[in-house]
Amino acid sequence: MNTSSRLLANWIILGLTLTFLIGPFLIIILAGASDTSYLAFPPEGLTLRWYLKVFTVESFRASFLLSMALAIFGTLAALLLGVPAAYALNRYDLPGAETVRTIVAAPIIVPGIIVGLALLRYLVVPTGVTVTLALFMAHTALVLPYAVRVVSSSMHNLRADMEEAAVLLGCSRFQAFTKVVLPNIRGGVLAAFILGFVTSFNQVPVSLFLSGPGVRTLPIDMLAYMEITFDPSVAALSALLAFMSLAIVFVAERLLGFSRYV
Amino acid sequence: MSDSFVQLSDVTLMYGKSTAVPELNLSIREGELICLLGPSGCGKTTTMRAIAGLLNPASGSIHIDGRDVTRVPANKRGIGLVFQSYALFPHLNAFENVAFGLRLQKLPASEIKARTEEGLATVGLTGFETRKPAEMSGGQQQRLALARSLVMKPKVLLLDEPLSNLDARLRLEMRTELQRVQKETGVTMVFVTHDQAEALALADRIVLMQSGKIEQLGTPADLYARPETAFAADFMGFENIFRTEGGKVVTDHGALELGFVPQSPMLAWRPDGVTVGSGPHQGRVLATSFAGAHREYVLETALGPVKADADIALPEAAIGETLSFDLPEATARPLAA
Ligand SMILES: Nc1ncnc2c1ncn2[C@@H]1O[C@H](COP(=O)(O)OP(=O)(O)OP(=O)(O)O)[C@@H](O)[C@H]1O
Ligand SMILES: [Mg+2]
Repeated sequence: MNTSSRLLANWIILGLTLTFLIGPFLIIILAGASDTSYLAFPPEGLTLRWYLKVFTVESFRASFLLSMALAIFGTLAALLLGVPAAYALNRYDLPGAETVRTIVAAPIIVPGIIVGLALLRYLVVPTGVTVTLALFMAHTALVLPYAVRVVSSSMHNLRADMEEAAVLLGCSRFQAFTKVVLPNIRGGVLAAFILGFVTSFNQVPVSLFLSGPGVRTLPIDMLAYMEITFDPSVAALSALLAFMSLAIVFVAERLLGFSRYV
Repeated sequence: MSDSFVQLSDVTLMYGKSTAVPELNLSIREGELICLLGPSGCGKTTTMRAIAGLLNPASGSIHIDGRDVTRVPANKRGIGLVFQSYALFPHLNAFENVAFGLRLQKLPASEIKARTEEGLATVGLTGFETRKPAEMSGGQQQRLALARSLVMKPKVLLLDEPLSNLDARLRLEMRTELQRVQKETGVTMVFVTHDQAEALALADRIVLMQSGKIEQLGTPADLYARPETAFAADFMGFENIFRTEGGKVVTDHGALELGFVPQSPMLAWRPDGVTVGSGPHQGRVLATSFAGAHREYVLETALGPVKADADIALPEAAIGETLSFDLPEATARPLAA
């Protein structure tokens, strides 16, 4: 292949990639602005009223807050467990480390819908824990593998002798961890947080079974809303959420150059 | 000055079930620069890690400055260690790397600043305060690692092959630098290397190690001139080592009659201790190379190959030619088995 046709091929591939990545995004933005009472694309007339309506739907506000809280605290809990786990897996030649790695990865492999059903059937029903607590546990478990993976990879190049150097300069083992290890995996931890946050926030299958009166995550709530009302506000909400995700990634990238870690 | 400032008594060091260093006894004097010398895997790093407290002895005891520190954790021993890999903190700049240990001691900010600047100056890194380790050359990183340990005013400074990553010229420069710093600060230094020349150039005393044991301990001049075992002799450049039998030296190849009767089970000659161009024995030239002040020959003899250095004034012998040589008593080094 000569240079110019290779260049052309590159552009075509790039164009297709962007179309498939950005296309759906543009479609929901426009669909959410359609001046019709039903979901329509291409939009017929443009209006902002569906975007405004999103903020007035009571259940959206409640489920948004729940999803936010789950994403933030579930991911924090996952990091609280995942960072030490990643550290131990990297530092110590633990017996069965390979098994632990497999188990930790299991929620990625097992379909979420089964996890959700299992939690409902064997946790919520027999023990009577609240749905909110079950959701929190489910989301923590869901995000944990990502936390361990991402943090592990950022810890991979961190040599153990740096901590020993810190100890010889007077640190306790714990101080060596907080003063030397943590600052050097900061980016990885943040990347894990963002990945976890987005994963948790957009999570449908696990949460599908874990909803009760007034307790629904936002994606489930949107599904429920669509069953009754088929207006463009769901598209508008999706567009707003996509913007929120973009903003978070953008800020993180600016602060820490986080794309290096993913 | 204490004669056993650092004292290892019957220290056994193990990794899991395998013994790396069995029952080591070693006294290090206050203010001396001692070199641990030995081939790869002989236990130099292991011994240092035990002194530093990063590895607990399975048995035996370690005393530093008269105090039993065998069970004292590494962060309470007051010992500095410069790692072979430097182990600098990548997220901190040069100033903060050096100030790290001082900050942990919660010293007043003015003192931290003064001592850090002094430490950087000692190793010639003034002006590099805001550089991150990744933005410094290998030699600068090495000096930074040295400064980071020095500012803590350790009782003992351990250096694990700190020069091995440097090129020949920088290595020479840093060697002089280390000696200067050591004399200036009077710190007791334990220096690990597997480079014989480096040990000879730097050390007040050399500890020659093999498979976790001390093979010989002495001043560089001592070790260079009077190795006691075949291993030590080989390490010190005695390249011709033979067993003796009555008035002969023998190898698996054959034997040669000596002009004297040796009193030791083994004898060794440096290449420059072998007489070439005259003598009772004959050897065929296997290889020859020019080394400036002399010419190096490998001779095929009744003993197998013999390495000999010939005076440059002697006419060159080509490969395949026969040269006469002698193994004189005067340059023979008697060895224990
Ligand atoms: N972490 C470890 N686990 C098991 N065995 C080890 C470990 N570290 C070292 N050893 C073994 O202990 C012995 C001594 O190793 P040590 O690192 O002290 O050698 P060294 O003299 O420093 O060698 P080098 O010049 O290559 O650095 C070796 O046989 C080595 O294989
Ligand atoms: Mg070593």
